[in-house]
Amino acid sequence: MKNKCKISFPHIGNYNIAIELLMKLGLECEYVETPPITKKTLELGTKYSPDFVCTPFKYQLGGYIEAIEAGANTLIQIGGPCRLGYYGELHEQILKDLGYDIHFVNMADADFAKPITFYNEFKKINPKLNLKKVSTTLLLAVKVIDAIDKVEDYIRENVGFEKKDGEFEQVHKDFLMELKTIRNKKELKQTEKKYYSRLKNIEIEKPKKPLQVGFIGEYYTIMDPYSNHHMEKELAKKGIVIKRWMNITNSFFHAPEKQIKKSIKDYAKYDMGATSMYTIKCALDYAKEGLDGIIHVKSFGCTPEIDSMPVLQRISEDFKIPIIYFSFDSQTSDVGITTRIEAFYDMIMMRKEKKR
Amino acid sequence: MKKAYLGVDIGSISTKGIIIDENHHILASEYLWTEGNPMDAVKRLIHQLRNQLDNKKYKIVGVGTTGSARKLIGVILGANVVKNEITAHAIGTLSLYPDVRTIFEIGGQDSKIIIIEDGIVVDYAMNTLCAAGTGSFLSSQSRRLGLEVEDFGPLALKSKNPTNIAARCTVFAESDLVHKAQMGHKKEDIVAGLCKAVVTNYLNNVGKGKKIYSPIVFQGGVSKNIGVIKAFEEATGEKIIVDENSHLMGALGVAILSQTDQKEVDFNFDIEEIEFKTKGVECKRCANNCEIICVYKDGKLIDSWGNKCDRGAIKVRKEEKSR
Repeated sequence: MKNKCKISFPHIGNYNIAIELLMKLGLECEYVETPPITKKTLELGTKYSPDFVCTPFKYQLGGYIEAIEAGANTLIQIGGPCRLGYYGELHEQILKDLGYDIHFVNMADADFAKPITFYNEFKKINPKLNLKKVSTTLLLAVKVIDAIDKVEDYIRENVGFEKKDGEFEQVHKDFLMELKTIRNKKELKQTEKKYYSRLKNIEIEKPKKPLQVGFIGEYYTIMDPYSNHHMEKELAKKGIVIKRWMNITNSFFHAPEKQIKKSIKDYAKYDMGATSMYTIKCALDYAKEGLDGIIHVKSFGCTPEIDSMPVLQRISEDFKIPIIYFSFDSQTSDVGITTRIEAFYDMIMMRKEKKR
Repeated sequence: MKKAYLGVDIGSISTKGIIIDENHHILASEYLWTEGNPMDAVKRLIHQLRNQLDNKKYKIVGVGTTGSARKLIGVILGANVVKNEITAHAIGTLSLYPDVRTIFEIGGQDSKIIIIEDGIVVDYAMNTLCAAGTGSFLSSQSRRLGLEVEDFGPLALKSKNPTNIAARCTVFAESDLVHKAQMGHKKEDIVAGLCKAVVTNYLNNVGKGKKIYSPIVFQGGVSKNIGVIKAFEEATGEKIIVDENSHLMGALGVAILSQTDQKEVDFNFDIEEIEFKTKGVECKRCANNCEIICVYKDGKLIDSWGNKCDRGAIKVRKEEKSR
């Protein structure tokens, strides 16, 4: 490509920060941040996507188009454990058919077992890249992801109990802003330290035994707040501790497949693909821990998650834990979701009072 | 003066209102069509209820709203309780049938199932993507057959051999129905088949994966259809209880909830003479373009919602200032 490379990556939660660091520091490229996901993103994505493809595809396609409009000329697709792994080719084709002159880097071509394949992909972006720089920044990016996940876990468990509205959100925003400016591990450590002390200083009023709800479900929808209509926040605001195992760190680095398979063998013998095993494992763990309820989210038509639903129903029956199911499509309106969330809250609240 | 409580359930098709005394006895009740205008419907409703209630004996101190327009109507009526339909229906039904285990509810646009154990809700589900098996489907099909929806049930009972009608989807069901009618199936058989299709659809979609225990209470507008009741009894093998006020359960539930709320309100029937207006404003501060709904009472802004973030909220305040 003759022009200077301007890279962009669509939003999924806040992970674009790690990709931005990797591209800027490791590959020494210019990075264009994809505009935040809005209604327009989804409209654009839906307009140019096949109707029956799942919503994450539409969000990503919309994000690509918005990134191109913001000046990007090189787009990254990282693939995923399900159909997401095949999306790159189709995204590229659709964007080219729309007349965009872009370079598309599909990480789905790389193989996790052979890290060198990633190097080959990166080389397509910057042929003169420095292997040492890339590998140190890659490690840094992984640490950044871990930092994001840990901070968000903490917020999820406490945001419902803050005394002054919006304090956690502000610290979270500042934290993400500062993360973008770090250059090395030392700076990352300092940033983490600073923000943990800010987080711990926020005044909270937590009852001894607060309501606890576990979040499980499909990869993209669960990790991207816009896709699940900010459901975690809505629920937390009612004074609930939200637990969520699923994030990049856990699913990539702390997911021993054999162990998980063993722990759920009473409920599922075979892997149904994608995140289904994790979904079942988390539901089972939450049920055993005695959480007050579980919420299952997926994009409409997500086969592995649909397959795991009968298993979840069995867990719900065996452990007497309520599980509700949400399916998101591009046309989903807030009203139905709010109604069901409110009813869910009433239900777990009344159950808890009854137990006392 | 004795205390009374008002419950209003504003659905997409019909608006239901009820006034109860402290012992949950019904003092007044009304059922009318929403006709796409919840604010007007609720004014008509309040007018009717006012005529039924002994105003010298009772004073309304609690107001609850439920149904899809609960928020808007809650603001207009100055409600102390605004509750979702699921909780409202469960509370209403439990007040009359404390032993109930399963509630089937089929309304105009939605249907739900509520599972109850020891007097509390333990599980529920609502139809989400499809209106198959709801009241509006039945009424559009009865129109197609040239029948009043009220005659539907009694006619279905006459059938000895219900026609099989594909129940998976409204569109398929409709084409199947047309096809069977042209083949020469009797009208009563088709009608009975439709009732069966509604029940099959409900049990497969809304009741999917739920264990159904009796006593079962069936409510919502469709519970007035005796053909559907019979189809439910055949499908579940259990007796189906239908209360004479089965269409009012949501309103009853939310009236009871307004009584348990500690705050009392000062409700005035003159509300029907006050002018309420809503206005939709597009925020335009980002690509989300949230549509913010502002509610005005006699020209004064009393509430607004619809903004996803604080930027939208500021806009409303500004507008209030400029007035």
